Amino acid sequence: MAVETTPRAKLRWGVLDLVVVVFALVPVLWIASLSFKTPATLTDGKFWPREWTLDNYRTIFDTDQFVRALINSIGIALIATMIAVVLGTMAAYAISRLDFPGKKLLVGVSLLIAMFPQVSLVSPLFEIERQLGLFDTWPGLILPYITFALPLAIYTLSAFFKQIPWDLEKAAKMDGATQGQAFRRVIAPLAAPGVFTTAILVFIFCWNDFLFAITLTSTERSRTVPVALQFFTGESQFEDPTGAICAAAVVITVPIILFVLFFQRRIVSGLTSGAVKG
Amino acid sequence: MSVNATPAGAEAAVEAEESTGRHAAVPAQRARRRATAPLSENKRAERRLGWLLCAPAALVMVLVTAYPILYSVWLSLQRFDLRFPDERQFVGLENYVTVLTNDFWWTAFGVTALITVVTVAIELVLGMGLALVMHRTLVGRGIVRTAALIPYGIVTVVAAFSWRYAWTPGTGYLANLFDGSAPLTERASSLAIIMLAEIWKTTPFMALLLMAGLALVPEDLLKAASTDGATAWQRFTKVMLPVMKPAILVALLFRTLDAFRVFDNIFVLTNGGNETSSVSMLAYNNLIRGLNLGIGSTMSVLIFITVAIIAFVFVKLFGTAAPGSDDGERR
Repeated sequence: MAVETTPRAKLRWGVLDLVVVVFALVPVLWIASLSFKTPATLTDGKFWPREWTLDNYRTIFDTDQFVRALINSIGIALIATMIAVVLGTMAAYAISRLDFPGKKLLVGVSLLIAMFPQVSLVSPLFEIERQLGLFDTWPGLILPYITFALPLAIYTLSAFFKQIPWDLEKAAKMDGATQGQAFRRVIAPLAAPGVFTTAILVFIFCWNDFLFAITLTSTERSRTVPVALQFFTGESQFEDPTGAICAAAVVITVPIILFVLFFQRRIVSGLTSGAVKG
Repeated sequence: MSVNATPAGAEAAVEAEESTGRHAAVPAQRARRRATAPLSENKRAERRLGWLLCAPAALVMVLVTAYPILYSVWLSLQRFDLRFPDERQFVGLENYVTVLTNDFWWTAFGVTALITVVTVAIELVLGMGLALVMHRTLVGRGIVRTAALIPYGIVTVVAAFSWRYAWTPGTGYLANLFDGSAPLTERASSLAIIMLAEIWKTTPFMALLLMAGLALVPEDLLKAASTDGATAWQRFTKVMLPVMKPAILVALLFRTLDAFRVFDNIFVLTNGGNETSSVSMLAYNNLIRGLNLGIGSTMSVLIFITVAIIAFVFVKLFGTAAPGSDDGERR
């Protein structure tokens, strides 16, 4: 395509850019705006708040319900991410570097799991976890999260690992390092950016989950924020919880916005390289 | 038994390609093994390390999916209501008859199919547009990409609440455009809003997958086509689309399967009211609200079979382009 850099072309692209940005941001700005509205102006139907208040945030951080759910969300997502990334790194290294029978099978299995309908696991996991005493516990959620994050981790990481200059590994081995040492000392530091990107993607996945969280929990002990939002009632039972729900929603959106702002390039390359090999 | 026929078939397709790859590799390996003893020692160490590194991931994935799905088949053959645990008994295919002759199931199935087809079709068009903008824009590429990632990253439940309040009469900026009607209390408008929420949330993902395909289109080819007098539309259909075909199929497969599991948006927006339940909502309601494990598991198995069929059809369409099937060997 001929690259036009005329002011008119620039303007055309600028308008398209603007459409995309507005399309992407309006729902986010809307819920943020609701969270800053006072109860009196909450139902005025205006897009921007007429009177600003931080009361909704004060309310949610004063309730155990939200704080507890936030701790659960952070703890569960972090632990699941850590384990999934460690296991995924090991598997992806083996897949991209080593020759062993069963490799294709593993890739096939993780592809099948990436396509697996998670709702199909809800009934059996509910019963199995009840029997094992895992129901309504952190591990009870961490396990399925790891499982469904692993295909994502393995695909993204193998794509990253293929771009690493592996001659360095050979050089290290020639200098007398074992395969394991070559992995730890030479390849791991080079792979760190890819691992980090994968960790972000996996964290977003765990942070987002609603289906497992609502079926495999029943109390504040392990309820995560997306689920807890459904149980918000406001300060008294008859109070409209809209403001509180919106404030809580904004709080759990902040980390996502920060990731996207700081690591846009990495996330894009992680998602695109993991999805299509070329 | 019949339950596992389809996924096994899909696996067989993957395996078939795998075995052809293996055949090619075997003589070479054998030759290497015969050539020098220490190399074969290395080879064995390499294999052991490979298995060792993959074992934990494989174990977790199989334990948490394969075992429960088999257990789910077993549960689906029983009358098992947690409110009446004493009446648990083996009933064969009775649950399947109950579900498959139930109007709620077929309504939910229809709703799910409708949402899947409509959203994926719209997302493909919008996603392609967005991919082109993200890939080709002359100004503000970083800003566009950052903005597009927000719907992808945001918690679905949060976005769903945003749409719900936007369409709540009185509160919402969108509802007020339509004279204070209550769109979330009527079926057609509820479904439209659910689809809108789905499309908003997942178009960026579609676009990112398509952008990966766009990056593969050789710039020279486009320039050549342009010199030969091809219009922008011709360049798109004759040059870009053929190169992007594998990427499009991958994006369609992942989005179709993902759309079929629609749950979060419906849960928040309508809670399944006015016959807007998806199959996932129905299975959830039977399990958590109805505490009927037998029926819930039957639905789980039926959803699994449906998804397996969709995946199988796509894998057939892919042919050798199936992701992962020849992963690593191509370069």
